[in-house]
Formats: sequence, C-alpha cells, structure tokens
Amino acid sequence: LVWIGESDIPNKCDRLLVKGGRIVNDDQSFYADIYMEDGVIKQIGDNLIVPGGIKTVEANGKMVIPGGIDIHTHFQMPYRGTTTVDDFSQGSKAALAGGTTMIVDHVIPEPGNSLIEAFEQWRSWADEKTCCDYSLHVDITHWNDSVKQEVDTLLKEKGVNSFQVYMAYKDFYQMSNSELYEIFTFLGEMGGIVQVHAENGEIIAEEQARMLEMGITGPEGHVLSRPEELEAEAVFRAITIASQTNCPLYVTRVMSKSAADIISQARKKGNVVFGEPITASLGTDGTHYWSKNWAKAASFVTSPPLSPDPTTPDYLNTLLASGDLNVTGSAHCTFSVAQKAIGKDDFTQIPEGVNGVEERMSLIWDKAVTTGKMDENMFVAVTSTNAAKILNLYPRKGRVSVGSDADLVIWDSDAVRTITAKTHNSAAEFNVFEGMELRGAPSVVICQGKLVLEDGNLHAIPGVGRFIPCTPFPDFAYKRIKARKQLAVLRAVPRGMYDGPVSDFSPMSRGGTPSASARTSPTKQPVRNLHHSAFSLAGNPAQRGELQQPFDLPICLPIPYRRSQINNSSTGIVYV
Amino acid sequence: MSGQGYQGKKNIPRITSDRLLIKGAIIVNDDQSFCADIYMEDGHIKQIGENLIVPGGVKTIDAHGRMLMPGGIDVHTRFQMPDRGMTSVDDFYQGTRAALAGGTTMIIDHVVPEPGVSLLSAFEQWREWADSKSCCDYSLHVDITEWHKGVQEEMEALVKDHGVNSFLVYLAYKGVFQLADSQVYEVFSVIRDLGAIAQVHAENGDIVAEEQRRILEQGITGPEGHVLSRPEEVEAEAINRSVTVANQTNCPLYVTKVMSKSAADVIAQARKKGTVVYGEPITASLGTDGSHYWSKNWAKAAAFITSPPLSPDPTTPDYLSSLLSCGDLQVTGSAHCTFNTAQRAVGKDDFTLIPEGTNGTEERMSLIWDKCVVTGKMDENQFVAVTSTNAAKIFNLYPRKGRIAVGSDADLVLWDPDVTKIISAKSHNSNVEYNIFEGVEVRGAPLVVISQGKIVLEEGNLHTTEGCGRFVGRKPFSDYVYKRIKARSRLAELRGVPRGLYDGPVCEVSVTPKTMTPASSAKSSPAKQAVAGAQPVRNLHQSGFSLSGAQVDDNLPRRNTQRIVEPPGGRANITSLG
Repeated sequence: LVWIGESDIPNKCDRLLVKGGRIVNDDQSFYADIYMEDGVIKQIGDNLIVPGGIKTVEANGKMVIPGGIDIHTHFQMPYRGTTTVDDFSQGSKAALAGGTTMIVDHVIPEPGNSLIEAFEQWRSWADEKTCCDYSLHVDITHWNDSVKQEVDTLLKEKGVNSFQVYMAYKDFYQMSNSELYEIFTFLGEMGGIVQVHAENGEIIAEEQARMLEMGITGPEGHVLSRPEELEAEAVFRAITIASQTNCPLYVTRVMSKSAADIISQARKKGNVVFGEPITASLGTDGTHYWSKNWAKAASFVTSPPLSPDPTTPDYLNTLLASGDLNVTGSAHCTFSVAQKAIGKDDFTQIPEGVNGVEERMSLIWDKAVTTGKMDENMFVAVTSTNAAKILNLYPRKGRVSVGSDADLVIWDSDAVRTITAKTHNSAAEFNVFEGMELRGAPSVVICQGKLVLEDGNLHAIPGVGRFIPCTPFPDFAYKRIKARKQLAVLRAVPRGMYDGPVSDFSPMSRGGTPSASARTSPTKQPVRNLHHSAFSLAGNPAQRGELQQPFDLPICLPIPYRRSQINNSSTGIVYV
Repeated sequence: MSGQGYQGKKNIPRITSDRLLIKGAIIVNDDQSFCADIYMEDGHIKQIGENLIVPGGVKTIDAHGRMLMPGGIDVHTRFQMPDRGMTSVDDFYQGTRAALAGGTTMIIDHVVPEPGVSLLSAFEQWREWADSKSCCDYSLHVDITEWHKGVQEEMEALVKDHGVNSFLVYLAYKGVFQLADSQVYEVFSVIRDLGAIAQVHAENGDIVAEEQRRILEQGITGPEGHVLSRPEEVEAEAINRSVTVANQTNCPLYVTKVMSKSAADVIAQARKKGTVVYGEPITASLGTDGSHYWSKNWAKAAAFITSPPLSPDPTTPDYLSSLLSCGDLQVTGSAHCTFNTAQRAVGKDDFTLIPEGTNGTEERMSLIWDKCVVTGKMDENQFVAVTSTNAAKIFNLYPRKGRIAVGSDADLVLWDPDVTKIISAKSHNSNVEYNIFEGVEVRGAPLVVISQGKIVLEEGNLHTTEGCGRFVGRKPFSDYVYKRIKARSRLAELRGVPRGLYDGPVCEVSVTPKTMTPASSAKSSPAKQAVAGAQPVRNLHQSGFSLSGAQVDDNLPRRNTQRIVEPPGGRANITSLG
C-alpha cells in the first residue's frame, strides 16, 4: 500500500513493538503483538519475527485501539484581530495527551476572500506547528462561480473532501436555501461531504434583538436566543435539501435532543446523514449559562448552545451508542476570559467556542462504555473509525491492521482522573468539564510510530504533523448515493400537442416562479424515481376503468381503497 | 348562547316572515345527537325541543328521523380569483351555489392582494364582489403577500374594524408572494399581538424554484413536472419551519392545504409536543391522488394542478382521512379554485405557468362522509366537528355558526346517509369542464339545505338568491385558540441574571463586526414585546435545577477549582503558549 502525503517518511530508525495487547477495532477485539516501522504497522500476530534490539512496549493485556480522530477543531482561529488561545501546537498537544492522534481543523475564509488562499494559510500554520497528523475541512462562507471553481480545485487537487456551510450567522456566513441547494448539488456530484452548521439564523437574529431589548445582556441571553427548536428546524431543512439533491449530509455539533431526534428519524427514512455530537454536548449542559460568575458563564458560550436540559448529555450518549449519531469531535475553540469579555455588555459579541479535544476520548469512555451503553468496539467506531471512513482515510487511519498508520493508543480503562484547568494541556483558563471525574485514559500514545505519551509524560514535537489529503467519493457515504443516482432518471410523459383554445393572460408573473438565482446550477438527481416505483403513474385509463366494477362491494372493506382512483370517465371535452 | 349581538353588517334577513319548523329530526352536534323538533324565525334558531309552541301556518318539514346538522363551513375557497388577467371560472355566485348544493352554508374566501396593493383596498374589492354575488354567508381571510410597516397597520385596521382574524403567509412562490423567515417571524408576532390566526401556505419556495428549473432543463414541461418539482418533503420542511417560528413567537398556526402524509405527520408530531397548530386537508387531498399528473390527456392532467400538489402516493387520501378522524387534523376546506382548460393551457408548454387550483366545495361534505363515516373511521358527531364546528371555533364564529342551538344561525342541513351519487362534471354546479372526482361514487348527501332560515335545496332543486349572503365579521382572540396562547404568554417572562459588573481585562478587537449580527431587518417590528417567546414548557427560572449561583454539580469535586472560579478573568491573559 502506498499512501500519499507530503513528508511521508518519518525517521528511518523508528521501530516499535507492542507486546501483549488486546487489539480493538470497530468490528472485533483480539490478542496480538504489533510491530511497526517507519510509522506504519508492519506485522500483527503472535511470536513475530522482528529485528533485534528494538524498543518494546508491554501492554500487559490492556486494550490497543486506533488513535482517536478529532474530526472538528478550531485551533489558532482568527477572530476579529485576535486568535484563539490554543494554536496548532498547543491544541495538538492537548489532543495527543487525550489519546487523539489526528485532528481535522476547519479553514474559515473571510467572506469574499479566496478559499484556496485561506486553505494555504491554514496549511502553513498547521505544517509549522502541529504535533500529529491533520486534515482540513473548508468552510464555504460565500457562494458564487469562482468559489465553485475553488471548491472544485480543493476537491481534485488539494485533498479536501468536506466543506461546511452555515445556516446561522445572518448577513455574515449564512447561506440562503437556494444557495444551499446549489452547493449541495455541486458537492453531491463532485463526491464531497456537505457539513452544516445547523441553526436558523433568521430567527436567531430576531430573538437576539428581542433579548437585548428586554435588557438581557449576559451569557444566558445566548442560550435564550438560540433555543434548541431552531437547531432542530435547521437540521430538518438541511436534510430536506440534501435528500432533494441526493447529497450526503454531515451535521456538525449536535447539541440538543431535538436535533439528534431529527437526525435519527431521517436515518430511519433512509437519508444519508451523519451526526456529530461534541465533547461538550456529551459531557455537560447549558445550566451554567446562568452562573453568577460572568467569566464562567461566558466560557460555555458556543453555537448551537449547550442545552439547558441536564438530561441531554445522557440522551446524546445513548444515540451515539445506538448508531443514530456516528462521529464525535470536540469543536475545540478556546478563548481567554479577556477575549470572551469582548462581549461583557452584549452576549452577541462573546467569541464562541469551548474546549474538549483533550477530554473527548475519556469522556466518551466514561459516559458510554463504563455505563454499558456501548462496548469498546463501538467506542473505537465513534472516536476514530467512522471519522476515517467519512474522510475516506480508512483503513490508513481508524484501524489497527497491517499497512495502516502506526497511530495507536494503549487504553487504561481503570485510570481515573479529575478534569481541571490547572492540569489540562490547553491554554484556556476555564475548562467546561472542571471537576469531572472520568474513568478511562490513555496510558501510552503512539503517533506516527513514535511514543508521544508514556508514564504521563508528553513528548510532542511541533511540526512533525503531516497533512493527510482526503479524496472525494468516500465509499461510506457514496455507495448509496451512487445507487440512488442511477435510479433517479426522470422522464416526461409523451403526449400529443395540446391544440385547444388558450386564454389570454397578462405576462406579469405569478404563481409559477422563474428560476431562483442567476447562477446556474448543473443537474442534480433526485432520490425518488417515480417511474419505477410500485404504483402506476403513467396513467393507464383502461385498467383503472376496470376498477369501477366493485362499486357495489359491501361496506365491509373498512379502508376505502377500492374507490381511490376511479375518476377517469371522460368528461365532455377531451384534448389529446 | 343566545343572540348576543353578533357582528355582521346586514344582520337581519330581508324577509322577516321566514319561519320554519323541522319535525322529527335527530339533531347532530359535535358533542351529541338527540331527537327534537326545531323552530326557526328570522334566520335564527328560536326553539329546540319537543311539542314546541309555534305560530300557526308555518312551513313544516318532516325529517322522518334523519340527521339534521349544522351547515358545513368551507374554510378555504378562492372564488372569482384573479390570476394574471384571468379570473377563476367560479365567481361568488356560482361558487356559493355549488357550496350550498353540497351542504355547505358558509364559505371563507381568501383575499389575495397583489404585492404592492393595499390590503384594505383588496379587502374592499373582495367584499364588493362577494356582497353582490354570494348566495350564502361568507367571511374573508386576508393573505399577506409582502411585508413592511404599512402592512402591519392595515392588519390592525382589518382586525379592529373589519372583522378579519386570520392572515395567510406564503412560504412558496419565490419572488412573488414568498416571505423570508425573519419576515414570517415578524408577521407572526404581529398576528399574536392582534389575537388573530396565522395561516401558512407551506412549501419551501426556494427549493421548488430550483427544482422547477432543473425539471424544465431536463425537457419535462408537462403537468407531471409540477409534482416532480414539488415533492412532499418540501411541504413537510416548510411546515416544520413554520411550526418552529410559531413556537418561538407563541403564535397559533393554521396550515392550509395539507396534501401529503409527511406534512400531516409533522403537524401531528408538533401537536404532541404541545404546539398550537391546526391542519386543513382539502377535499382533493382527501379524495384523490397525484397519479393523474401522468395522464396522457394533457387537459385532464392539468386539471389536477394545485399547490402543494396531490401526492402521487395513492394511499395518501386514506391516511389523511384517518388523521382527520383521530383529531390530528381538525378542519377541512376545499381550496376550490377552478380554471377551465383554455385557462390552464396558458401553461401548455411550461408547467410552471399553469394556473393552480382544483374544485371541491360541492363535493367536500359527501366525500368526507363517504371516506370517513361510511368506513367507520368517525361518527356523525366527529363529522360535524371537522366539516363545521372546529372551523367555527378556530375562527371565532362559534356558537353562531357550527352548532345547532337556540340563538345560532339557522344554517342547517338535513343529511341523507343512504343516497349515493356519482360525481361528474356533467351534473356538478361548478362552471369548470373537469371535475377531479369524476366518476367517484359517494354515499351520503344533503337532502334539504337551509341557509339563513330559508330553504335553498329541496328535492334536488336549488333556490339560491344572488347577493343575499352576508359578510360575517370575526373577532380576534378566539377562545378555542387563545386560551392556551394567553396562558403561555404569562409563563414566558424572561429575566436576566443579576451579576456584578465584569471588571477584568478585555481584549482589544478590530472594528469589523464579525460572527454575531445585530438586529435582523431594518424594519422595526414593534410587535415583539416581552410577553411571549420561549416555550411555556421550560421556564428556567422556576424549574427544578437552580440556575443562578449554586450549580447542580457544585457538590461534585469541583471545590478544588475555587481559585479559577473566583476572579472572573482574574488570571491574566494566558494566551498562546506555543
């Protein structure tokens, strides 16, 4: 197997043997030794024949799992002239300390700026500082033909296969429904994944104005102006558009029960949609927005907000365990108190984001595995494997197997630690999980075949992280999309020309609307092929006529099916 | 109960000698059925009971134990509707005649102001048309086809002085009638403050426009393109969105034309969650389906064009009538809006130009009886509820309309559950050439129809008088709808958290506004007051978990964090260690 990637070959002498571990993949667990060389897993099995004198790590029967993939981070994010306090170095260190060996950051171009320039900017920041492998999502913050060109380039040449659009942040990042339709259509054809920040920005703007008018200026205004119904509404709308355009959908930051419910309902109806709860929504709730301590309350500000319903984390963990939600990120985006204080007199000005990259793996283990909601295989799926599949990096990432990258974690399921800002690896002063006691932690972390965490010591080296390009058409999402595309051919009904009288009418447009936006969107394929479905559509009057016989059926048929289509007898005028 | 000064301009029927006695009927209201005689005078019901003492020589009808019900109320008609210089073929005379023939004694029509035209002048125009032609009592909904400050003032005037308590907004018809979400939010806020009902035409117009273009590009120009470009998901999405906005603004919502299963499901779910929302399936969605759009006969296919379209799923009518029976959907209209074939042919080369609308005002009562009562889904009381009483309650006409009681209007139907007839354009009372229910055999029909105390249908003959229909004004704050809304408004007060001033360091920022947006639209909407808003379910200030000060998890080992919690921002800027 030959993998693409820029600085592909790590130090030649990196050889490592992990002995006596229980390998946990998303499908099975088994005991075996693992030998890795040059950052790649070379052998798995018992009694391996390996070169002499290599470093050996004794797993002592502990679990060896694929390193976590944090599919959503915002390191070193510029914000109104300042930058989030965790840069790519600090952020990826925190990630490694928590057992995450790959992060996927979001590139956020200022509206109007070039996507590719922003992408290159993020690449240069990350290449210089990241301590683990990384990939990039690109956010589409405005839309026109040149953006479309750039998206095409990013997909085909730059190794980006996922793009986020915003349904919130009115007048700034927010996309209209028709723009969403065009973006979804385009990405559905090019093999990309559409990610969506789902909140109804129009209503939020109205609610924010109302809160401020009422004199509510503190962080509680943030959650009051963004009730979870608005999140659920936007998720519903995004799913409708995705289903219409036959495009796979990925909902970032699932924060509330209602939003999660909409996703699980849509999955039951067959939509290709993935939901990403984040560390914060799985671990804490929105009651803290009412804290009397402004700085503490502000540290929880993120969008969509944490739900004030304290049973939400448990609910989301359950859906994650049942497979209704599929991947987890952290949406790690940390601001100092002084930065948050930009909004001290107006909650709408508080910079948004919470920590979570370091806590993600332990928190999910504690909330979902120790409680018996999921087993360790499912744990691997939601923290690593599913993300790798969506990003089209599987099995290079997300699996312990020969040929895969040597990103591994030896997991200690008994370790207990208490989360606190005093000891965490983030530069933020507050930790939204402050004081939580979590069971389960990495005891050894191996990244690119090198030991980076051992005996509680972190040996992370900024700049060694490689950019891992993602290719379009991930099988995980697109096998189904492709099959649907083949079914979705529409055909017109062949009819003779209508040659009867035609009324005069004023051309002033009404009712039927002309095309939505000036920009053309190439063809899209719908999901439902009505021509192939079970009920007959190409009206066959003869057959329907026969249905008229059972008129005098007794009323014993409670369901009045018998008559539903008997309305074909001709009227006076028939134009053929 | 008795005639406490009902609104309405021409309150007293022209002939004051209208006296009528019906003997031996089973009186059917939405709550019970009982045997009694009924005596009416001057268009009102004066006595109900047995052995009534009535003046001599009054006209008497012997009901022979048949059911006597409140006349039907068709909550949704579009008679005489202008569309691009054409007018729908059934005007208020022809339309109300058809209504009466089917057992409907009151219609509520939609005033559709062209964008740019004042609501009031459009309203007066419709009044004029209807007053001169309508054969039965009528009322008017007003459609909001654009949104600015002036519209709000006109809405206030319509509610306060003109007897309108319902307004329709469109989520479809992009570039013509469609309103943006923030406009819908503002309209709903105004409607709630006025005590009116927000009606919504629910389809996502943005997506429809995109789909229309795509379908036309593929060379599909016939009527099947209409339904292909308006899939039912798009209807369900818009309903979900309007339910969200209605919840947010604490405004009662009424969804017109429920055409598909998914749309009905969204309404049913929202009701289970406590939303004040009503759903209106129409005669067409209860009686037929969208498979006809694929008819090889263009004129026939075009006759079924309406929006949202009829669902191609042939099990839809049955599903909708089940939800109507169980109460998840509450009212029925016809959305009667008929265009003849020559008018439809305006869109012969482009389905987006086909004028929209189907017939149904005459067939509504019989069709529901046949689909729901004959099949045992509902009893005759529920039938009265969905064809008349619920509409009267929602639109604040009850008990003047929608009930047989002393003091109520003498709008009655003597129903014959055994008669069967075959619907056909040859025999219907509409002017349109096609009937979308052509050939459907229905059981159950009106035997005698009494409107304003006068017999208008007897022995199959219609005796209507053009222009005798009165405009019935409707007051705001209908109890049926607003009792709950008012209770929620009281609960929904929001308070800020009292905190000391934050006096720690504040980061410098560049001037460019980022991320968060100020107030949405330039237009100020005075409607939004402190009252409503958050769901009544969650009053965070009164709920179990404490929000201010002590935290739920304060008892957890969080104590060791005191140092951090104390000084808000006290610790200096620990920016970037990297």
